[in-house]
Amino acid sequence: METSVDIHPKYQPEGLEGQGFFATSLDKAVGMARANSLWPLPFATSCCGIEFMATMASHYDLARFGSERMSFSPRQADLLMVMGTISKKMAPILRQVYEQMAEPKWVLCMGACASSGGIFDTYSVLQGIDRVIPVDVYIPGCPPRPEQVLDGILKIQELARSESVRRRESPEYKQMLASYGLE
Amino acid sequence: MSALLEKIQATLSAKFGDAIESSQMDYDFPVVVVKKSQLHEVIEFLKNEMGFGFLTTLCGIQFPDNKGAEFAMMYQLHNLPSNERVRIKTFMSEKDLEVPTITDLFDGANWMEREAFDFYGFKFKGHPDLRRILNMDEMNYFPLRKEYPLEDASRHDKNDKYFGR
Repeated sequence: METSVDIHPKYQPEGLEGQGFFATSLDKAVGMARANSLWPLPFATSCCGIEFMATMASHYDLARFGSERMSFSPRQADLLMVMGTISKKMAPILRQVYEQMAEPKWVLCMGACASSGGIFDTYSVLQGIDRVIPVDVYIPGCPPRPEQVLDGILKIQELARSESVRRRESPEYKQMLASYGLE
Repeated sequence: MSALLEKIQATLSAKFGDAIESSQMDYDFPVVVVKKSQLHEVIEFLKNEMGFGFLTTLCGIQFPDNKGAEFAMMYQLHNLPSNERVRIKTFMSEKDLEVPTITDLFDGANWMEREAFDFYGFKFKGHPDLRRILNMDEMNYFPLRKEYPLEDASRHDKNDKYFGR
């Protein structure tokens, strides 16, 4: 039986390495810190929310990826996870939750309903949350498997890790927000 | 024709005369059609004199081909002590959707009447707070009326050509 296991870091940024130190750029250090400590805000309205609960539970265990703590206050959250059908009546509430989150913030859109309205092509359902707020990652499926949710979280982490610290002040970002009528 | 329907029909006809238009059994359910002008009085009588003290449900109905009486309101009442049920219907034309409220008889009718207003546009005269309940406040039509499409009008990616329409 093996008594020791070598640890291989999955991601290591480029930098200068020596005996007992490692130097890299601020962007990359901040990106790593952000990516591995995302606090998600679950906005779960229907069956995708049930699948998300499985993702949080011990078997799939989202906590392995630094998302141990669900933040039920948008003011402390980094990642908005929208899971389930969003009716038109709920759209302004979703938008308000997004506006209450502090930068930097990411949005993960889980399942067919949140992404496109899904099977509910009807007068009362919002045909995709990207009509009211910007979305970073879409997870397809009806509902998606927990593995897919983990994959979506990893994609968000990749975005957070590779994002420049100045991105949120860039004119492109401001323009994107303005196209949604935000800020 | 069941004994229950006969009993209700006879009692109501004796009391309200012409206001009781017709009655029949739908499967095992007694149905009485009444004139709208006497609707409130009939339901009040059923509640106070005949023991139908519980309003199970009420809802709107639309029959677009039934010219002159395109809309209907349906009320289902339950007599809990004797376990008897009755359905009251009243028909009206598209031009005159004003219906007397029964919120003064049953508090539970409040939200159900708001729902009927929300989806069909019935105007409940005397309702304390008649505004939309399920749809968003900005909606400017009554979505369950059959002249309006079910599908969301803002979708541009659904080309009829690809759906065989």
